[in-house]
Amino acid sequence: MQNLIEQLNEYLLFRNFFEVIAGLDNTLLLLIISLPIGFVLSLLFALGRVSKNKFISKTIAFYIFTIRGTPLLVQIYLIYFGLGSVKFIRESFLWYLLKEPFWCGVLALTLNTVAYGSEIFRGGIQSVTKGQIESGLSLGFNRLMLLRKIIIPIALRKVLPSYGNELILMVKATSLVSLTTYMEMTGIARKIMAKTFAPVEAFVAAGILYLFLNFLMVQFVKYLEWKYNPHLRISKT
Amino acid sequence: MLKFDKLVFGDLGWGDELLIATLMTLTVSVLSMGLGLCLAIITVWAKLITNRITRLIANFYTTVVRGVPELLVIYLIFFGGNAVVMGIAKIFGYNKYIELNALTIGTIAIAFISATYSSEVIRAAYLAVNKGQVEAAKALGLSKFQIFMRVMGPQIIRHALPGIGNVWQITLKDTSLISVTGLVEIMRQSRIASNVEHSPLTFLITAACLYLFLTTFSGKLFKALELNYSKGYQ
Repeated sequence: MQNLIEQLNEYLLFRNFFEVIAGLDNTLLLLIISLPIGFVLSLLFALGRVSKNKFISKTIAFYIFTIRGTPLLVQIYLIYFGLGSVKFIRESFLWYLLKEPFWCGVLALTLNTVAYGSEIFRGGIQSVTKGQIESGLSLGFNRLMLLRKIIIPIALRKVLPSYGNELILMVKATSLVSLTTYMEMTGIARKIMAKTFAPVEAFVAAGILYLFLNFLMVQFVKYLEWKYNPHLRISKT
Repeated sequence: MLKFDKLVFGDLGWGDELLIATLMTLTVSVLSMGLGLCLAIITVWAKLITNRITRLIANFYTTVVRGVPELLVIYLIFFGGNAVVMGIAKIFGYNKYIELNALTIGTIAIAFISATYSSEVIRAAYLAVNKGQVEAAKALGLSKFQIFMRVMGPQIIRHALPGIGNVWQITLKDTSLISVTGLVEIMRQSRIASNVEHSPLTFLITAACLYLFLTTFSGKLFKALELNYSKGYQ
Protein backbone atom coordinates (compact mmCIF):
# COMPACT_ATOMS: atom_id res chain seq x y z
CA MET A 1 0.00 0.00 0.00
CA GLN A 2 2.80 2.39 0.99
CA ASN A 3 4.53 1.43 -2.21
CA LEU A 4 1.46 2.16 -4.28
CA ILE A 5 1.04 5.63 -2.84
CA GLU A 6 4.70 6.38 -3.46
CA GLN A 7 4.32 5.19 -7.02
CA LEU A 8 1.22 7.31 -7.54
CA ASN A 9 3.02 10.31 -6.12
CA GLU A 10 5.28 10.18 -9.14
CA TYR A 11 2.34 11.36 -11.19
CA LEU A 12 1.76 15.10 -11.23
CA LEU A 13 -1.98 14.68 -11.66
CA PHE A 14 -2.22 12.64 -8.47
CA ARG A 15 -0.24 15.16 -6.44
CA ASN A 16 -2.16 18.06 -7.90
CA PHE A 17 -5.37 16.36 -6.99
CA PHE A 18 -4.58 16.53 -3.29
CA GLU A 19 -3.40 20.11 -3.52
CA VAL A 20 -6.63 21.15 -5.24
CA ILE A 21 -8.76 19.29 -2.70
CA ALA A 22 -7.40 21.70 -0.11
CA GLY A 23 -9.48 24.38 -1.85
CA LEU A 24 -12.66 22.35 -1.77
CA ASP A 25 -13.72 23.74 1.59
CA ASN A 26 -13.41 27.30 0.29
CA THR A 27 -15.59 26.45 -2.71
CA LEU A 28 -18.14 24.73 -0.49
CA LEU A 29 -18.17 27.63 1.96
CA LEU A 30 -19.21 29.97 -0.86
CA LEU A 31 -22.04 27.63 -1.79
CA ILE A 32 -23.18 26.85 1.74
CA ILE A 33 -23.73 30.53 2.48
CA SER A 34 -25.02 31.84 -0.84
CA LEU A 35 -27.34 28.99 -1.85
CA PRO A 36 -29.71 28.93 1.18
CA ILE A 37 -29.90 32.73 1.33
CA GLY A 38 -30.43 32.74 -2.42
CA PHE A 39 -33.20 30.17 -2.14
CA VAL A 40 -35.18 32.11 0.48
CA LEU A 41 -34.72 35.44 -1.29
CA SER A 42 -35.65 33.91 -4.65
CA LEU A 43 -38.92 32.72 -3.20
CA LEU A 44 -39.67 36.12 -1.68
CA PHE A 45 -38.71 37.94 -4.88
CA ALA A 46 -40.84 35.59 -6.96
CA LEU A 47 -43.83 36.34 -4.72
CA GLY A 48 -43.08 40.04 -5.10
CA ARG A 49 -42.80 39.64 -8.86
CA VAL A 50 -46.32 38.20 -9.12
CA SER A 51 -47.82 40.59 -6.55
CA LYS A 52 -50.47 43.08 -7.62
CA ASN A 53 -48.42 45.99 -6.31
CA LYS A 54 -47.04 47.53 -9.52
CA PHE A 55 -44.13 49.24 -7.79
CA ILE A 56 -42.77 46.07 -6.18
CA SER A 57 -43.20 43.89 -9.23
CA LYS A 58 -41.67 46.50 -11.59
CA THR A 59 -38.67 47.05 -9.30
CA ILE A 60 -38.00 43.33 -9.06
CA ALA A 61 -38.46 42.94 -12.81
CA PHE A 62 -35.82 45.64 -13.37
CA TYR A 63 -33.43 43.95 -10.96
CA ILE A 64 -33.87 40.60 -12.71
CA PHE A 65 -33.40 42.24 -16.09
CA THR A 66 -30.10 43.90 -15.16
CA ILE A 67 -28.61 40.88 -13.43
CA ARG A 68 -29.60 38.46 -16.17
CA GLY A 69 -28.36 40.79 -18.89
CA THR A 70 -24.84 41.19 -17.54
CA PRO A 71 -22.11 38.60 -17.05
CA LEU A 72 -21.42 37.38 -13.52
CA LEU A 73 -17.82 38.49 -13.91
CA VAL A 74 -18.93 42.11 -14.27
CA GLN A 75 -21.01 41.78 -11.12
CA ILE A 76 -18.12 40.28 -9.16
CA TYR A 77 -15.73 42.98 -10.34
CA LEU A 78 -18.29 45.71 -9.65
CA ILE A 79 -18.65 44.55 -6.08
CA TYR A 80 -14.99 43.79 -5.45
CA PHE A 81 -13.29 46.69 -7.24
CA GLY A 82 -16.21 49.06 -7.71
CA LEU A 83 -17.69 49.21 -4.23
CA GLY A 84 -14.23 49.30 -2.70
CA SER A 85 -13.50 52.55 -4.51
CA VAL A 86 -16.47 54.34 -2.96
CA LYS A 87 -15.32 56.41 0.00
CA PHE A 88 -18.68 56.25 1.73
CA ILE A 89 -18.57 52.45 1.82
CA ARG A 90 -14.93 52.32 2.87
CA GLU A 91 -15.80 54.35 5.94
CA SER A 92 -18.95 52.47 6.87
CA PHE A 93 -19.27 49.15 8.72
CA LEU A 94 -19.84 47.42 5.36
CA TRP A 95 -16.14 47.65 4.71
CA TYR A 96 -15.43 44.95 7.29
CA LEU A 97 -17.22 42.53 5.01
CA LEU A 98 -16.52 43.97 1.58
CA LYS A 99 -12.77 44.18 1.96
CA GLU A 100 -12.70 40.38 2.02
CA PRO A 101 -12.87 38.76 -1.42
CA PHE A 102 -14.88 35.97 0.18
CA TRP A 103 -17.83 38.16 1.17
CA CYS A 104 -17.72 39.97 -2.16
CA GLY A 105 -18.00 36.58 -3.81
CA VAL A 106 -20.89 35.56 -1.57
CA LEU A 107 -22.71 38.82 -2.28
CA ALA A 108 -22.23 38.53 -6.05
CA LEU A 109 -23.25 34.88 -6.17
CA THR A 110 -26.34 35.53 -4.04
CA LEU A 111 -27.43 38.50 -6.14
CA ASN A 112 -26.96 36.40 -9.26
CA THR A 113 -28.78 33.30 -8.09
CA VAL A 114 -31.69 35.33 -6.72
CA ALA A 115 -32.28 36.87 -10.15
CA TYR A 116 -32.31 33.53 -11.95
CA GLY A 117 -34.02 31.65 -9.14
CA SER A 118 -36.89 34.09 -8.72
CA GLU A 119 -37.62 33.86 -12.45
CA ILE A 120 -37.76 30.07 -12.11
CA PHE A 121 -40.01 30.22 -9.03
CA ARG A 122 -42.28 32.73 -10.72
CA GLY A 123 -42.91 30.18 -13.45
CA GLY A 124 -43.77 27.61 -10.79
CA ILE A 125 -46.11 29.92 -8.90
CA GLN A 126 -47.93 30.93 -12.05
CA SER A 127 -48.36 27.29 -13.02
CA VAL A 128 -50.58 26.64 -9.98
CA THR A 129 -54.04 26.29 -11.49
CA LYS A 130 -56.96 28.42 -10.47
CA GLY A 131 -58.97 25.41 -9.37
CA GLN A 132 -56.39 24.48 -6.75
CA ILE A 133 -56.49 27.98 -5.28
CA GLU A 134 -60.29 28.05 -5.36
CA SER A 135 -60.52 24.73 -3.57
CA GLY A 136 -58.23 26.14 -0.90
CA LEU A 137 -60.43 29.22 -0.58
CA SER A 138 -63.54 27.07 -0.31
CA LEU A 139 -61.93 25.31 2.65
CA GLY A 140 -61.63 28.69 4.33
CA PHE A 141 -57.85 29.16 4.01
CA ASN A 142 -56.60 32.68 4.47
CA ARG A 143 -53.88 34.06 2.19
CA LEU A 144 -50.95 32.85 4.30
CA MET A 145 -52.37 29.35 4.64
CA LEU A 146 -53.06 29.30 0.92
CA LEU A 147 -49.45 30.21 0.25
CA ARG A 148 -47.99 27.78 2.73
CA LYS A 149 -50.20 24.78 2.11
CA ILE A 150 -51.00 25.02 -1.59
CA ILE A 151 -49.09 27.47 -3.73
CA ILE A 152 -45.52 27.05 -2.50
CA PRO A 153 -45.47 23.23 -2.23
CA ILE A 154 -46.95 22.80 -5.71
CA ALA A 155 -44.69 25.47 -7.22
CA LEU A 156 -41.51 24.10 -5.63
CA ARG A 157 -42.27 20.59 -6.78
CA LYS A 158 -42.77 21.76 -10.34
CA VAL A 159 -39.59 23.82 -10.58
CA LEU A 160 -37.25 21.29 -8.98
CA PRO A 161 -35.60 20.20 -12.27
CA SER A 162 -34.93 23.75 -13.46
CA TYR A 163 -33.84 24.90 -10.03
CA GLY A 164 -31.47 21.94 -10.00
CA ASN A 165 -29.97 23.32 -13.21
CA GLU A 166 -29.50 26.66 -11.53
CA LEU A 167 -27.75 24.96 -8.59
CA ILE A 168 -25.29 23.33 -10.98
CA LEU A 169 -24.67 26.67 -12.67
CA MET A 170 -23.92 28.09 -9.22
CA VAL A 171 -21.35 25.38 -8.49
CA LYS A 172 -19.67 26.35 -11.74
CA ALA A 173 -19.99 30.04 -11.01
CA THR A 174 -17.95 29.77 -7.80
CA SER A 175 -14.85 29.37 -9.96
CA LEU A 176 -15.14 33.02 -11.02
CA VAL A 177 -14.56 34.19 -7.46
CA SER A 178 -10.97 32.99 -7.90
CA LEU A 179 -10.40 36.08 -10.06
CA THR A 180 -10.70 38.25 -6.95
CA THR A 181 -7.66 36.55 -5.36
CA TYR A 182 -9.91 34.20 -3.36
CA MET A 183 -8.16 30.83 -3.18
CA GLU A 184 -10.70 28.19 -4.03
CA MET A 185 -10.18 25.21 -6.34
CA THR A 186 -9.68 27.15 -9.57
CA GLY A 187 -7.37 29.62 -7.86
CA ILE A 188 -5.24 26.81 -6.46
CA ALA A 189 -5.15 25.09 -9.84
CA ARG A 190 -3.87 28.31 -11.38
CA LYS A 191 -1.22 28.58 -8.67
CA ILE A 192 -0.11 25.01 -9.31
CA MET A 193 0.14 25.78 -13.00
CA ALA A 194 2.35 28.79 -12.33
CA LYS A 195 4.56 26.59 -10.13
CA THR A 196 4.87 23.46 -12.27
CA PHE A 197 4.31 24.81 -15.81
CA ALA A 198 2.02 21.86 -16.43
CA PRO A 199 -1.39 23.42 -17.13
CA VAL A 200 -3.23 20.30 -18.27
CA GLU A 201 -2.54 18.29 -15.11
CA ALA A 202 -3.48 21.19 -12.84
CA PHE A 203 -6.78 22.05 -14.52
CA VAL A 204 -7.82 18.45 -15.14
CA ALA A 205 -7.39 17.75 -11.42
CA ALA A 206 -9.67 20.69 -10.60
CA GLY A 207 -12.09 19.70 -13.36
CA ILE A 208 -12.51 16.20 -11.92
CA LEU A 209 -13.39 17.68 -8.54
CA TYR A 210 -15.95 20.05 -10.05
CA LEU A 211 -17.48 17.18 -12.01
CA PHE A 212 -17.74 15.21 -8.78
CA LEU A 213 -19.40 18.14 -6.97
CA ASN A 214 -21.89 18.52 -9.80
CA PHE A 215 -22.55 14.80 -9.80
CA LEU A 216 -23.44 15.01 -6.10
CA MET A 217 -25.67 18.00 -6.81
CA VAL A 218 -27.52 16.10 -9.55
CA GLN A 219 -28.05 13.14 -7.23
CA PHE A 220 -29.33 15.46 -4.49
CA VAL A 221 -31.86 17.07 -6.84
CA LYS A 222 -32.92 13.64 -8.10
CA TYR A 223 -33.50 12.54 -4.53
CA LEU A 224 -35.59 15.64 -3.82
CA GLU A 225 -37.62 15.02 -6.95
CA TRP A 226 -38.20 11.45 -5.88
CA LYS A 227 -39.15 12.48 -2.36
CA TYR A 228 -41.54 15.28 -3.23
CA ASN A 229 -43.24 13.63 -6.20
CA PRO A 230 -44.63 10.49 -4.57
CA HIS A 231 -47.54 10.44 -7.04
CA LEU A 232 -45.11 9.99 -9.90
CA ARG A 233 -43.24 7.04 -8.43
CA ILE A 234 -43.69 3.76 -10.21
CA SER A 235 -45.08 1.32 -7.66
CA LYS A 236 -43.24 -1.95 -7.39
CA THR A 237 -46.20 -4.11 -6.46
CA MET B 1 -15.48 58.69 -7.70
CA LEU B 2 -17.57 58.65 -10.86
CA LYS B 3 -15.80 60.13 -13.85
CA PHE B 4 -18.27 59.80 -16.68
CA ASP B 5 -16.55 62.65 -18.52
CA LYS B 6 -13.75 60.16 -19.24
CA LEU B 7 -16.10 58.30 -21.58
CA VAL B 8 -15.76 60.84 -24.41
CA PHE B 9 -14.33 59.82 -27.75
CA GLY B 10 -10.83 60.83 -28.77
CA ASP B 11 -7.57 61.15 -26.86
CA LEU B 12 -9.14 62.52 -23.70
CA GLY B 13 -11.48 59.65 -23.00
CA TRP B 14 -12.07 55.96 -23.45
CA GLY B 15 -15.16 56.10 -25.67
CA ASP B 16 -13.54 54.92 -28.88
CA GLU B 17 -11.53 52.21 -27.11
CA LEU B 18 -14.69 50.89 -25.50
CA LEU B 19 -16.52 50.95 -28.82
CA ILE B 20 -13.77 48.87 -30.43
CA ALA B 21 -13.85 46.53 -27.44
CA THR B 22 -17.63 46.14 -27.85
CA LEU B 23 -17.11 45.23 -31.49
CA MET B 24 -14.48 42.71 -30.37
CA THR B 25 -16.94 41.13 -27.94
CA LEU B 26 -19.53 40.92 -30.71
CA THR B 27 -16.99 39.39 -33.12
CA VAL B 28 -15.92 36.74 -30.62
CA SER B 29 -19.54 35.94 -29.75
CA VAL B 30 -20.65 35.61 -33.36
CA LEU B 31 -17.60 33.55 -34.36
CA SER B 32 -17.84 31.21 -31.40
CA MET B 33 -21.61 30.89 -31.74
CA GLY B 34 -21.15 29.91 -35.41
CA LEU B 35 -18.35 27.48 -34.67
CA GLY B 36 -20.33 26.17 -31.70
CA LEU B 37 -23.37 25.51 -33.89
CA CYS B 38 -21.22 23.53 -36.35
CA LEU B 39 -19.76 21.53 -33.46
CA ALA B 40 -23.23 21.05 -32.03
CA ILE B 41 -24.55 19.64 -35.31
CA ILE B 42 -21.67 17.15 -35.37
CA THR B 43 -22.39 16.23 -31.75
CA VAL B 44 -26.10 15.74 -32.44
CA TRP B 45 -25.27 13.61 -35.44
CA ALA B 46 -22.90 11.52 -33.31
CA LYS B 47 -25.60 11.07 -30.68
CA LEU B 48 -28.39 10.12 -33.06
CA ILE B 49 -26.69 7.62 -35.40
CA THR B 50 -26.74 4.05 -34.19
CA ASN B 51 -23.08 3.79 -33.35
CA ARG B 52 -22.22 3.22 -29.73
CA ILE B 53 -18.70 4.63 -29.86
CA THR B 54 -19.62 8.00 -31.37
CA ARG B 55 -22.54 8.28 -28.98
CA LEU B 56 -20.27 7.54 -26.06
CA ILE B 57 -17.74 10.17 -27.16
CA ALA B 58 -20.45 12.78 -27.72
CA ASN B 59 -22.08 12.09 -24.36
CA PHE B 60 -18.72 12.23 -22.61
CA TYR B 61 -17.95 15.56 -24.25
CA THR B 62 -21.25 17.22 -23.34
CA THR B 63 -21.29 15.86 -19.78
CA VAL B 64 -17.72 16.88 -19.01
CA VAL B 65 -17.81 20.35 -20.55
CA ARG B 66 -21.16 21.15 -18.94
CA GLY B 67 -20.05 19.86 -15.56
CA VAL B 68 -16.85 21.87 -15.39
CA PRO B 69 -16.69 25.65 -14.84
CA GLU B 70 -16.31 27.70 -18.02
CA LEU B 71 -13.23 29.38 -16.59
CA LEU B 72 -11.44 26.02 -16.26
CA VAL B 73 -12.24 25.13 -19.87
CA ILE B 74 -10.83 28.47 -21.00
CA TYR B 75 -7.69 28.08 -18.87
CA LEU B 76 -7.19 24.55 -20.15
CA ILE B 77 -7.48 25.57 -23.79
CA PHE B 78 -5.51 28.78 -23.33
CA PHE B 79 -2.56 27.22 -21.51
CA GLY B 80 -2.76 23.71 -22.92
CA GLY B 81 -3.97 24.48 -26.45
CA ASN B 82 -0.57 25.49 -27.78
CA ALA B 83 0.96 22.15 -26.84
CA VAL B 84 -1.85 20.29 -28.60
CA VAL B 85 -1.54 22.35 -31.77
CA MET B 86 2.23 21.94 -31.80
CA GLY B 87 1.83 18.21 -31.26
CA ILE B 88 -0.49 18.00 -34.26
CA ALA B 89 1.90 20.11 -36.32
CA LYS B 90 4.75 17.76 -35.38
CA ILE B 91 2.88 14.84 -36.90
CA PHE B 92 2.87 16.73 -40.17
CA GLY B 93 6.58 17.44 -39.85
CA TYR B 94 6.44 21.06 -38.70
CA ASN B 95 8.73 21.59 -35.74
CA LYS B 96 8.78 25.34 -35.18
CA TYR B 97 7.09 27.06 -32.25
CA ILE B 98 3.48 27.98 -32.92
CA GLU B 99 1.59 30.48 -30.86
CA LEU B 100 -2.13 30.92 -31.30
CA ASN B 101 -3.43 34.41 -30.69
CA ALA B 102 -5.90 35.19 -27.96
CA LEU B 103 -8.79 35.70 -30.39
CA THR B 104 -8.43 32.21 -31.89
CA ILE B 105 -8.08 30.53 -28.53
CA GLY B 106 -10.92 32.47 -26.99
CA THR B 107 -13.21 31.71 -29.91
CA ILE B 108 -12.40 28.00 -29.78
CA ALA B 109 -12.86 27.82 -26.02
CA ILE B 110 -16.22 29.60 -26.02
CA ALA B 111 -17.33 27.55 -29.02
CA PHE B 112 -16.59 24.33 -27.13
CA ILE B 113 -18.75 25.53 -24.25
CA SER B 114 -21.58 26.91 -26.34
CA ALA B 115 -21.70 23.77 -28.51
CA THR B 116 -22.69 21.61 -25.54
CA TYR B 117 -25.72 23.80 -24.87
CA SER B 118 -26.71 24.16 -28.52
CA SER B 119 -26.40 20.44 -29.12
CA GLU B 120 -29.12 19.75 -26.55
CA VAL B 121 -31.35 22.39 -28.13
CA ILE B 122 -30.83 21.07 -31.66
CA ARG B 123 -31.32 17.47 -30.56
CA ALA B 124 -34.64 18.31 -28.92
CA ALA B 125 -35.69 20.29 -32.02
CA TYR B 126 -34.78 17.40 -34.30
CA LEU B 127 -36.76 14.93 -32.21
CA ALA B 128 -39.75 17.30 -32.10
CA VAL B 129 -40.29 17.06 -35.86
CA ASN B 130 -43.00 14.55 -36.61
CA LYS B 131 -41.70 11.37 -38.25
CA GLY B 132 -44.82 11.06 -40.37
CA GLN B 133 -43.75 14.14 -42.30
CA VAL B 134 -40.51 12.49 -43.39
CA GLU B 135 -42.47 9.45 -44.50
CA ALA B 136 -44.90 11.65 -46.40
CA ALA B 137 -41.99 13.39 -48.11
CA LYS B 138 -40.50 10.01 -49.02
CA ALA B 139 -43.82 8.92 -50.43
CA LEU B 140 -43.80 11.99 -52.64
CA GLY B 141 -40.44 10.87 -54.02
CA LEU B 142 -38.26 13.61 -52.50
CA SER B 143 -34.57 12.88 -52.28
CA LYS B 144 -32.80 12.79 -48.90
CA PHE B 145 -31.27 16.21 -49.53
CA GLN B 146 -34.62 17.68 -50.50
CA ILE B 147 -36.26 16.23 -47.42
CA PHE B 148 -33.67 17.90 -45.24
CA MET B 149 -33.79 21.25 -47.01
CA ARG B 150 -37.55 21.55 -47.45
CA VAL B 151 -39.13 19.50 -44.67
CA MET B 152 -36.78 18.90 -41.77
CA GLY B 153 -34.52 21.97 -41.90
CA PRO B 154 -37.10 24.75 -41.59
CA GLN B 155 -38.96 22.95 -38.82
CA ILE B 156 -35.77 22.22 -36.87
CA ILE B 157 -34.90 25.92 -37.07
CA ARG B 158 -38.37 26.88 -35.86
CA HIS B 159 -38.23 24.52 -32.89
CA ALA B 160 -34.64 25.39 -32.05
CA LEU B 161 -34.78 29.19 -32.31
CA PRO B 162 -36.00 30.03 -28.79
CA GLY B 163 -33.38 27.73 -27.27
CA ILE B 164 -30.66 29.03 -29.57
CA GLY B 165 -31.58 32.54 -28.46
CA ASN B 166 -30.91 31.50 -24.86
CA VAL B 167 -27.61 29.88 -25.83
CA TRP B 168 -26.64 33.09 -27.64
CA GLN B 169 -27.21 35.11 -24.46
CA ILE B 170 -25.10 32.64 -22.46
CA THR B 171 -22.36 32.75 -25.11
CA LEU B 172 -22.36 36.54 -25.16
CA LYS B 173 -21.96 36.64 -21.41
CA ASP B 174 -19.32 33.92 -21.41
CA THR B 175 -17.10 35.99 -23.69
CA SER B 176 -16.41 38.20 -20.67
CA LEU B 177 -14.38 35.30 -19.28
CA ILE B 178 -11.82 35.34 -22.07
CA SER B 179 -10.61 38.66 -20.75
CA VAL B 180 -8.35 36.46 -18.59
CA THR B 181 -6.44 35.49 -21.74
CA GLY B 182 -5.58 39.11 -22.45
CA LEU B 183 -7.96 39.63 -25.36
CA VAL B 184 -9.08 43.25 -25.28
CA GLU B 185 -12.86 43.02 -25.18
CA ILE B 186 -15.32 44.97 -23.04
CA MET B 187 -14.27 43.43 -19.73
CA ARG B 188 -10.54 43.76 -20.33
CA GLN B 189 -10.79 47.27 -21.73
CA SER B 190 -12.85 48.51 -18.82
CA ARG B 191 -10.35 47.00 -16.36
CA ILE B 192 -7.49 48.73 -18.17
CA ALA B 193 -9.35 52.03 -18.23
CA SER B 194 -10.30 51.80 -14.57
CA ASN B 195 -6.69 51.09 -13.61
CA VAL B 196 -5.46 54.10 -15.56
CA GLU B 197 -8.15 56.49 -14.35
CA HIS B 198 -8.38 55.05 -10.81
CA SER B 199 -12.12 54.85 -11.13
CA PRO B 200 -13.31 51.25 -11.33
CA LEU B 201 -16.93 52.11 -10.64
CA THR B 202 -17.27 54.30 -13.75
CA PHE B 203 -15.89 51.82 -16.22
CA LEU B 204 -17.42 48.70 -14.69
CA ILE B 205 -20.86 50.33 -14.76
CA THR B 206 -20.19 51.26 -18.38
CA ALA B 207 -19.21 47.66 -19.13
CA ALA B 208 -22.39 46.40 -17.47
CA CYS B 209 -24.46 48.85 -19.57
CA LEU B 210 -22.71 47.74 -22.75
CA TYR B 211 -23.44 44.09 -22.01
CA LEU B 212 -27.01 44.97 -21.11
CA PHE B 213 -27.38 46.80 -24.41
CA LEU B 214 -25.96 43.86 -26.37
CA THR B 215 -28.14 41.25 -24.66
CA THR B 216 -31.33 43.30 -24.92
CA PHE B 217 -30.76 44.24 -28.53
CA SER B 218 -29.89 40.72 -29.66
CA GLY B 219 -32.83 39.37 -27.66
CA LYS B 220 -35.14 41.60 -29.69
CA LEU B 221 -33.48 40.35 -32.87
CA PHE B 222 -34.14 36.75 -31.92
CA LYS B 223 -37.77 37.53 -31.10
CA ALA B 224 -38.17 38.95 -34.61
CA LEU B 225 -36.53 35.87 -36.13
CA GLU B 226 -38.82 33.59 -34.13
CA LEU B 227 -41.85 35.45 -35.43
CA ASN B 228 -40.54 35.13 -38.95
CA TYR B 229 -40.03 31.38 -38.67
CA SER B 230 -43.39 30.64 -37.11
CA LYS B 231 -45.37 32.47 -39.79
CA GLY B 232 -47.20 29.32 -40.82
CA TYR B 233 -48.54 28.75 -37.32
CA GLN B 234 -50.21 32.07 -36.57
